[in-house]
Amino acid sequence: MKAVLASLMELLRGDVQADRVVPPTGFTATLTTLTAGAMAFLAVFALALSFATGRLAERWSSELARSSTVRISAPEAELEAQTRAAQEVLRLTPGVARSRILGDEEQRLLLEPWFGPDLPIDALPIPRLIEVVEEGDGYDAEGLRLRLAAEAPGAVLDDHTRWRRPLVEAANRLRFLGWAAITLIALSTAAMITLAARAALAANAQVIRVTRLVGARDIYIARAFVRRFTLRTLIGGAVGTLVGMLAIALLPSAAEEGAFLTGLGFVGLHWLWPLLIPLFGAMVAFWATRSAALSALKALK
Amino acid sequence: MIELDNVAYSYGGDDLLSDISLRIQPGSFHFLTGPSGSGKSTFLKLCYMDLTPSSGLVQVFGQDVRGLARDQVALARRRIGVVHQDCRFLDHLSVAENIALPLTVAGRDVEAEKDNLKALIDWVGLRGQQQQRPPELSGGERQRAALARAVIMGPDVILADEPTGNVDWEMSQRLMSLLIELNKMGKSVMLATHDLNLIRTTKNQISARVLRIANRKLQLAGADL
Ligand SMILES: Nc1ncnc2c1ncn2[C@@H]1O[C@H](COP(=O)(O)OP(=O)(O)O)[C@@H](O)[C@H]1O
Ligand SMILES: [Mg+2]
Repeated sequence: MKAVLASLMELLRGDVQADRVVPPTGFTATLTTLTAGAMAFLAVFALALSFATGRLAERWSSELARSSTVRISAPEAELEAQTRAAQEVLRLTPGVARSRILGDEEQRLLLEPWFGPDLPIDALPIPRLIEVVEEGDGYDAEGLRLRLAAEAPGAVLDDHTRWRRPLVEAANRLRFLGWAAITLIALSTAAMITLAARAALAANAQVIRVTRLVGARDIYIARAFVRRFTLRTLIGGAVGTLVGMLAIALLPSAAEEGAFLTGLGFVGLHWLWPLLIPLFGAMVAFWATRSAALSALKALK
Repeated sequence: MIELDNVAYSYGGDDLLSDISLRIQPGSFHFLTGPSGSGKSTFLKLCYMDLTPSSGLVQVFGQDVRGLARDQVALARRRIGVVHQDCRFLDHLSVAENIALPLTVAGRDVEAEKDNLKALIDWVGLRGQQQQRPPELSGGERQRAALARAVIMGPDVILADEPTGNVDWEMSQRLMSLLIELNKMGKSVMLATHDLNLIRTTKNQISARVLRIANRKLQLAGADL
């Protein structure tokens, strides 16, 4: 990485005399810079998508790991016995750190948003709730369910993983798609630059012929093109990245619990990541032009 | 330095050249003559590795050209100065930049060799034209610029293809004296021309051999010239 950067820097410093040997091709130059800018802009969004979905998946799966509840609905007479039986089952279940019966006050607070503060909790047949806190990799939900059914028929396990797991999976999938998009952007950039470099080489066949006759090596001729395309991609990429970052910074923000869309963005040090896009683009351009030029030169008598 | 042994060449049909053998020794001066289309340019292209022989052996600086990698060909060409029949300039560069082109592509620092370049430009008498573009030059100026480019690397051999092609008599005499001067400095010169008058008037100033391409073969021309 360091060596690549060093050779990139040396390349960019360039050699004015050598640069003049191959005449600039205005049209391809503009097109390359523009496309590199557009690609970088898209890459910023793909990167933001990856980070946002990554954060989402992390938060959901850590919440997911935390709590589930066992709800016990039974006739008044059996409630006490079944609660104790359920607690015993939980105590013996591997992966359960501890369990705790929610007190009346806590239950009232939980229900308050739905029923208001004046809920006469004693008068209602409200099920008893046991909070289950997991440890390690968690417990085997199916096994626990079966044992509860046997010991305390009125106990129902509310496993939040059941609806959260697909969400976490979707978030992870989206993150993967973000990286896939970045890969595709890199490949399209490479393809576009290969085509542009080929066009430039073909347009300069006469220059190549003359420089060869006076003793230029292939690598010298290739470097003249490589330098040019790498520089253009770097400049276009830098502008595209900055515009993309600005667009993301200016997205309307929402509360911490904001919806998925407004969570699109970078947090903290993640803002440094998009700065790699122009460098990465320049490396792609370097590699694409170099291989296009060397193979074209080999084919050219 | 350049050696051809039983070389034949064809562009696809019948042999244009066949049974060609020649050795270019250090410090030698050769005229190469023959009617237009007889294969003089082709012969020179074989010498500077622009073409590879259909059969036979071409050796440049002791190396069989068929065995040379592309980079080695490039390095060998830096030791051979060529004045091409059509000059072959880069029209987007100035005359001075064209003359310095072999230095540039060899990765040498042209700025550091500024004095040499200046002296060379003065020697061919193009000081006033050095910032112009090649298409703005007259025929004689183009040929002198081409000669300057051919010698800037200090080559051991100079191959000149019709360097007096488009110039008047006086200018061709001037070019000839530059080439003779180079030969006296110890460089081998091979000059292709169909102009027998030019050969007759300059032959006596140096010990030159005159070769003629006739019937696809290379012959030594004698007193019949
Ligand atoms: N690239 C080429 N392809 C096919 N034929 C060629 C090519 N170059 C030259 N010739 C032919 O070869 C013959 C010799 O050409 P050339 O070596 O230029 O002769 P000269 O320099 O003596 O005038 C000519 O008939 C010419 O048409
Ligand atoms: Mg000719």
